[in-house]
Amino acid sequence: MTEMLPIKLSVNGAVVSKLVDPRQHLTDFLRSDLGLTGSHIGCEHGVCGACSVRVNGQVIRGCLMLASQTEGAEIETIEGIVESGEAAELIAAFVARNALQCGFCTPGILLTAAEIVAEGKCLGRQEIRNELSGNICRCTGYHAIIDAVEMVLAEKMKEE
Amino acid sequence: MSEPDQIIGVSLPRRDASRLATGRGTFTDDIVLPRMVHMALVRSPYAHALIKTIDIKEAINAEGVVRVITGRDLTEICSPFIAGIEFLPNMISAPQYALALEEVAWQGEGVCAVLAESRALAEDAAELVKIEWEELPAVVDPVAALTTGTPIVHRDLETNLAMTMPIEEGDTKSAFAEAEVIVEHSFEFGRQAGVALETRSVVADFEPAGRQLTVYQSHQTPYQMQDVYARHLELAEHQVRVIAKDVGGAFGLKLHAYPDEMAAVAASVLLGRPVKYIVDRQESFASDIHSREMTASGRLAVTGQGVILGVEVDILSAIGAYSIYPRTSVGDGIQAVQFTGAPYRLPAFKGRVRIVYQNKTPCGAYRAVGQPIGCSIIEQLLDIAAAKLNLDPAEIRRRNHLRSVDMPLKASGGLEFSNVSLDECLTALLAKMNYESLRKDQKEAQKRGIYRGIGLATFVEQTAVGAGLYGPAGVRVSAQEGCSLRLNPSGLVNCSTSVTDQGQGTLTGLQQVIAGTLGIGFDDVTVEAGDGGATPYGGGSWASRGLAIGGEAARLAAIDLRNKILAVAAAITQELPENLTIVNSKIFDGSKCLMDLSELSRIVHFRQDTLPPGVDFEMNVTRHFVPRDFPYFIANGIQASYLEVDIGTGAIKLLEHWVAEDCGKIVNPLLVDEQLRGGIVQGLGAALYEHCLFDDAGQLLTASLADYAVPLASEMPDIHIIHVETPASGTGLGAKGAGEAGTLGAPAAVWCAVNDAIRPLGAQVWKQPFTMAHVLQALNSKGS
Repeated sequence: MTEMLPIKLSVNGAVVSKLVDPRQHLTDFLRSDLGLTGSHIGCEHGVCGACSVRVNGQVIRGCLMLASQTEGAEIETIEGIVESGEAAELIAAFVARNALQCGFCTPGILLTAAEIVAEGKCLGRQEIRNELSGNICRCTGYHAIIDAVEMVLAEKMKEE
Repeated sequence: MSEPDQIIGVSLPRRDASRLATGRGTFTDDIVLPRMVHMALVRSPYAHALIKTIDIKEAINAEGVVRVITGRDLTEICSPFIAGIEFLPNMISAPQYALALEEVAWQGEGVCAVLAESRALAEDAAELVKIEWEELPAVVDPVAALTTGTPIVHRDLETNLAMTMPIEEGDTKSAFAEAEVIVEHSFEFGRQAGVALETRSVVADFEPAGRQLTVYQSHQTPYQMQDVYARHLELAEHQVRVIAKDVGGAFGLKLHAYPDEMAAVAASVLLGRPVKYIVDRQESFASDIHSREMTASGRLAVTGQGVILGVEVDILSAIGAYSIYPRTSVGDGIQAVQFTGAPYRLPAFKGRVRIVYQNKTPCGAYRAVGQPIGCSIIEQLLDIAAAKLNLDPAEIRRRNHLRSVDMPLKASGGLEFSNVSLDECLTALLAKMNYESLRKDQKEAQKRGIYRGIGLATFVEQTAVGAGLYGPAGVRVSAQEGCSLRLNPSGLVNCSTSVTDQGQGTLTGLQQVIAGTLGIGFDDVTVEAGDGGATPYGGGSWASRGLAIGGEAARLAAIDLRNKILAVAAAITQELPENLTIVNSKIFDGSKCLMDLSELSRIVHFRQDTLPPGVDFEMNVTRHFVPRDFPYFIANGIQASYLEVDIGTGAIKLLEHWVAEDCGKIVNPLLVDEQLRGGIVQGLGAALYEHCLFDDAGQLLTASLADYAVPLASEMPDIHIIHVETPASGTGLGAKGAGEAGTLGAPAAVWCAVNDAIRPLGAQVWKQPFTMAHVLQALNSKGS
């Protein structure tokens, strides 16, 4: 029996103290220990992006990080950016534009898209495509996703 | 009259999009049940081997292990899959066991299941299972598979040839003798994987006291799986309930019965406990159905004006180790032949398909089944003929397109058509893409040493297969779709449908059909689907049937419910039912509002005592629909690709893509557009990147998303869509399917565009995917 490691971290603003198996990756921890099933496991080798979460302000692959590495970290998942309202405009645009089909990749894509929006740069379509190239979507063909992100960026530009 | 046009035909956002986007989907892996155990599989490391001994002693004693199961443990409760088609008595398939008994026939075939308290512990213990193997020679190459003296893929087969099917119509001999131009070409199509982002997943829950089996499964058709589990586990059909909650992509790969999923369900029956089995990505590449591995040669005979006289095609389709259960794996090859030349007037057609087994992952239906192959073959042949005749590729297509005046028609390979709009699609497409100016741009670029190509691909798309296919084949797959509607006490409507939705948005389309037909608001309808035990029996989701067939069932149910409502309204108001309508949830007599639907609903639910005697107060209806007079709905369209080939590196850059498509009556343009775009990008993946590679020993070399490349946002072009709308005959709704179109035509459009780009250099590609290496190979072997 492997020895469990204690970790204390912040997840979506709440303090979490848990004992974790040293080999458990972050997405498994979030999903099975905390019930945060909005992060999905698509490949477990860091390619598909369905498990994207934010750790200390940066979007990372939850499957490539061990839960035991997150001591003291601040983690935000899809559930967090939905509840804070941060993703509201993006979600509205995704829904209006039908930029998701099965929805398995969508939480991860929204995390990446939120990062693009937060950077506040005026990006062209190809640049948005490049920024999203780390998230695989098998259903939409990407066009509608690019449209949705472009819509939100354009709104931001108008506001500023 | 109500105003169905205000809802049916309008772009409305999907009803469940917000829920999925906010992370509130329920995918199968999100389901956790009390006392649930997790399964991991020991899979064969060899493409072909005998299992000599299995030693589970160490595994069974490992931490957290509940049980270790081998094939022998399952033989008493679970019978093997044998795929067959009654009208193809020569099609043979070896029995497929949930866990292999004595012989494994592909690398990845399941051999031993470990059940433990967590997946990690199950995997730890799986590593402790010791199996003694006797490796056998693997049959990998499909051509070699047919040569005499080659080893046989599985000992239960006598030959590696699964079946041969010749198709001949008209006199090809004379056609080729009379032709002014004959072109021929050979083609290779790479084996592909479906790659749903959510891998196959199952949670099986057998409750021994009542012998009730509930299976949560990421699947397209719960009804088929209820039948499979009942028959193979010897349970009564009503003891089995299969529920598909949210499904993270399917594309045909979640249409089949898989032995590993069967093993998980059988394990739950053995244990009397819930069992979760989630296929990991590596297993997914090794065990999800593959498809499209084919080689082909085609010949085309045309007049001096480019009019087709005859087509010949010969296809070798390699389907892996077993014919997939229960639908078999032969459809890919058969449809590839049938669709070679299908959009054109063919006076003579001769085709043959040979289907062979090999020691590779079994193949099965993947989006657009076989049709992309047929499309790529004929579109290439036409372009080669056009180049010889100095005809524009658009013109040679126009000269040969099937036209509505040719209808009704039985075309090559026995396909049946009721209407087509290929010329209308071509005209619309050329206008939208500014074809002439694109041709100028291409010429200008070439002067600067930049090689750009335009590719056109005409396609017809088989959608919404009716009663004539699986039933007569003896395959227990239903082609009907059902819809139950009930008016609830608030005057709102609950719909329960057999149609399943993996993101296409079909349920939103049904909601529109029901609301529009009834005369109530879009939000006044909710739709439940996916629960095989609680919804009307049907097919589910395959071959683009949701709105064409399920939509018609919904329309019929809504008409019946409307008539019931109006009959009650007439009884209450002492009016004639035929004078009454429902508009915006109010009952009208002409322009006079008689009552709210909610008031009527209150009365039929709580105040039956006030109704005149004999008035029918039951506001529930169920209707089913299945095409019986015609075999399927043929949709059609044309795609165009514009791209650039770097002749130094062989790299292909997609610049733009267009599609003009006719899927009959469009219920929701927003849904159709993204079905087309998503389908096109899967087709572009097929054309440029996707390829399951095996070594000579049958070892899969592309078992991760790092090795098997799928399209990414950065490489994909914008996709422009034009709709042509020719309502289907045979239904009141008039919708045809739209799910296959993109995947069907995109590879052919790219194929034609690449060769259009490099034709001035005397080169052409012949092997899909068009990797940089293959493009360079084509450029270097030009003229040879």
